[in-house]
Amino acid sequence: MTTLPLSDHKSNPQPPASPRRISRKPTGGDAVFAQTFRAIGASVLLITGGIGVFLAYQSIPTLRHYGVSFFTEHQWDVGHDVLGIAAVLSGTVTIALVALVIAFPLAIATALYITEYAPPKLRSTFVAAIDLMAAIPSVVYGLWGVFLIQPHAVYFSLFVQRTFQPLLVHGTLRLVVILVMIVGLVAGLGMRFIMQIKNRWLWLPFGVAIAAAVALLPLVTVVDADPNAAVPDMTRYTASAFIAGILVAMMVMPMGCSVIRQVFSQTPEGEKEAALALGSTKWGMIRAVVLPFGKGGVIGGTMLALGRALGETMAVVMIVSPDYVIKGRIFEIGSQSVASLIASQFAEAQGVQVSALLAAGFVLFVLTLIVNTLAAIVVNRSRSGAETS
Amino acid sequence: MTATLDPTSGELAVAESLPATTLPTKDPSLRPVPHAKLGGLPLDNRFLTWGARFAALGMAWVITQRLLPWHGLGWFVVVFALCNVLILAVGTAIFDTNVAVADRVAQWTVSSAAVFVFVALGSVIVYVLHKGWPALHHLNFFTHDMSGVSAKDPLTKGGIKHAIAGSAIQIGIASLISLPLGVGTAVFMNEVGGRFAKVVRTVVEAMTALPDILAGLFIYTVWIIAFGQPKSGFAAALAISVMMLPIIARASDVVLRVVPGTLREASYALGASRWATVWNVVLPTARSGLATALILAIARGVGETAPVLITSGNTPFLHLNPFDGVMTSLPLFIFDGARSGQEYAIQRAFGAAAVLLVLVVVLFATARYLARPASNKPTLLRRLRSSAGGFRLRSPLNMRPATAPGSTVMPVTPPASNEGTL
Repeated sequence: MTTLPLSDHKSNPQPPASPRRISRKPTGGDAVFAQTFRAIGASVLLITGGIGVFLAYQSIPTLRHYGVSFFTEHQWDVGHDVLGIAAVLSGTVTIALVALVIAFPLAIATALYITEYAPPKLRSTFVAAIDLMAAIPSVVYGLWGVFLIQPHAVYFSLFVQRTFQPLLVHGTLRLVVILVMIVGLVAGLGMRFIMQIKNRWLWLPFGVAIAAAVALLPLVTVVDADPNAAVPDMTRYTASAFIAGILVAMMVMPMGCSVIRQVFSQTPEGEKEAALALGSTKWGMIRAVVLPFGKGGVIGGTMLALGRALGETMAVVMIVSPDYVIKGRIFEIGSQSVASLIASQFAEAQGVQVSALLAAGFVLFVLTLIVNTLAAIVVNRSRSGAETS
Repeated sequence: MTATLDPTSGELAVAESLPATTLPTKDPSLRPVPHAKLGGLPLDNRFLTWGARFAALGMAWVITQRLLPWHGLGWFVVVFALCNVLILAVGTAIFDTNVAVADRVAQWTVSSAAVFVFVALGSVIVYVLHKGWPALHHLNFFTHDMSGVSAKDPLTKGGIKHAIAGSAIQIGIASLISLPLGVGTAVFMNEVGGRFAKVVRTVVEAMTALPDILAGLFIYTVWIIAFGQPKSGFAAALAISVMMLPIIARASDVVLRVVPGTLREASYALGASRWATVWNVVLPTARSGLATALILAIARGVGETAPVLITSGNTPFLHLNPFDGVMTSLPLFIFDGARSGQEYAIQRAFGAAAVLLVLVVVLFATARYLARPASNKPTLLRRLRSSAGGFRLRSPLNMRPATAPGSTVMPVTPPASNEGTL
C-alpha cells in the first residue's frame, strides 16, 4: 500500500506556492554555449565584413595621392606615375555586359528546358550538369578559351567586321543618329511616365530609338583593321573583350540558370494546368504563367550573374591583352578589367602602386556589393511573393 | 435479379415482362480501341520533326558546300540550325495554326539552346582531358616536381607532385579553418538566433558572391602588410578559407534549418543542455548535409587561382612547409604553364588541368551522392548482393522496403529464437 507523507502544517509552515520564474535567457552551461557561438558568428562577420573596411582603409593614401583623377584618368602608366581606373572600369563593365548578352538567353532557355521540356527522368541529371558547370575552376575555362575557343572566335570577329564595317556611320550623320536615339528615348520615357501613355503609340518613340541604336551598332563591332585585306591581320581580332566575354559567360551562365530555374520550378502547378486546360500550347502556357511568375527571379538571377561577371579574374587575365583606353570596340584586341588588372600587376607592384591596386579592389568591392545586394533583394522579394500567392 | 417470388403460386412470376439486367454480349466484329498515348507527339508531328532535321542537313550541305563560300563545321552547324527551324515553321504552318507554329519554334529554340549549353560543357571536359592525356600517361608526371626541369624538357621529365602537394596542404589548412567557423556560424544562426544572427546571415549571403581576387587582396592587406608575414602557403590557405567560409556557412545553414524541431524538443525534454543537443542531435542528423557543404566548398576552393596568385607564388620545387616560402598549387601551375607559351609547358598545364577537373568532378559526384534524397529503392550494393544470392533482380519482393520480410538484407534481424513465435 502507498502511504502518503505526513505533513505537519503547524510545526513546519511552508511558504505559499508561487510560480517559478521562467526566462528565455540561457543560464550556466547554456549561456557559455550561446556566447561561444555568438563569438564565432561575430568573428565570421569580422572576417567577411572586414574585407571592405580593410580595403577602404588601405586605399586612403591612394586617393590622397591621386585625388579625383584616380577615377577620371584612363591610363595606368606606372613609369610616369599616372594611375587611373576609368578605362579599367569601362572595360570591366564592357566584358560583363558582353558576357550577360551571351549568358542571359542561354540561362533562361536552359532553365525553361530543364523545368518544362526535359524528360522528367533526366531532369536531376541536367540540374547536376549545370551545377558542375558552375564548379569547374575558372583557370580550366581559361585554358579551354585560349586554346579552343579563341582560334575559332577570331573568325567570327572577322565575319562581323566584314559585315558591319560598310554600315558604319561617319561624321555629322553619326551625331544626328545619336541625337535621334536620345530624343526618342527621352520622348518615350516622357510619354510613359509623365503623360502616362500606355497604349501602342508608345512603340513609336522607342522604336525610333531602337532603330537609331541598331544603326550605331557598328560602332561597337568595328575593328581598327582592313576587313578586306587578302590576308587579314588576325592578331587584331584576338585577345578582345568579346572573347573574354564568352569565357565569363560560360562561368556566370550556370549561376544565373540555377536561380532562374528555382524560381520557374516554384510556378504553381494549378495555374500551369489551368492554362493547358484552357487549350493553351506549352509555349502559350510558359508565356502566360511561367515567365510572368518568374520575372523577379529572372531579373535577380541576371543581376547575380552580372555581379559575378564584374569580378571574374582569371578568364580575363588569360585572354585579354592589357589596353588602358576607354573603347566600345569589343571585337578589337585589348581591354582590361579591374580584377585582371589587380591579378596581373600585383606581382611587380611597389609602394604606392600596391595601394592603388588596393583602391581599385575597393571600387570593385563596392560595385559588386551594390549589384549583389540589389539582386538578393529582387530574388528574395520574388520568392516571398511565391509563398503568399 | 429483381424477380419476386409469388407465395401463392410457388413459382417465378412472369420473368419476361419484368425489367431485368442483361449481360452484355461480346461482339466479335468490334476491335479493342488502343489507349490514347498521352505523352509525346502525334505521328505527323514526329514525321515533321525528323523530316525537318534531314531536310535541313541536306540544305545545309548544299548551301555551305555548293552555293556560298562558307566552309567549315561552324558555318555548317549554323546553317543547319537555321534551315531546321525554318522548315519546321513552314511545315507546321501548312496544316496548323500560327499558335502551333509559335509553339514548335519556341520548343526548338529552347531545346537547342540547352543542347548548346550541354555541348559547351561537354567540350570543356572532353577537350581538357584529351589535351591532358599526353602528360597524364607518364608516371613521372605524378611523382616528380619541376626542380631542374626547364620548360623545353619533354614530358618524360618533371611533374606536378609539388603542385598536388601544395594544393592538398592549402586545402587541408583552409578546411581546418573554415569548417569549424562555417558550421559554427550556421549553428549560431540557427540555434542561438536573434537580431545579430540576421545581420550575420545577410553579410554571409552577400559574401558568397565576392570576387575571388578580393579575398586575396584582403589576406594580403591583413596578413602580409599589417602583420608583416611573408608570402606563403599559409597565406594562400587563409585566402582560400575566406572564399570557402561563406559557402560552408550558407550550405550548412540550409541543412540545419531542415533538422526537425521535434528532435531538438525531445532532447531538451530529456534534460540535455543546448550544447549537448547540438552535438548529439542536431549535427549528427545533418551529418551528410554538412559533408556535402564541405565537399562543395573544397571543390570551389581547390580551383581558386587569383587569391593564391596574390598571397603565394609559383615555385618549381616541392615545398611542404606552409609557413615559410612560396608554395605553388594546381591552378597556379596551370596558369603559369598556359602563359609560358612553351609547347611542353602548355601540355603539362593541360595535364594538371585534367587532374584538377577530375578532382572537381569526383568531389562533386561525392557531394551529390551524400546529398541524395533517401529512397526506398534498393542501393546498388544491395541489388548486387541480392542477385548474388540467387534472387531475381526485379522480383517484387526485392523492391519492398528493407524491413519487409522478403528482402534479402535486413538491417534489423530478429533473433533466431523468436522466429517461431512471430
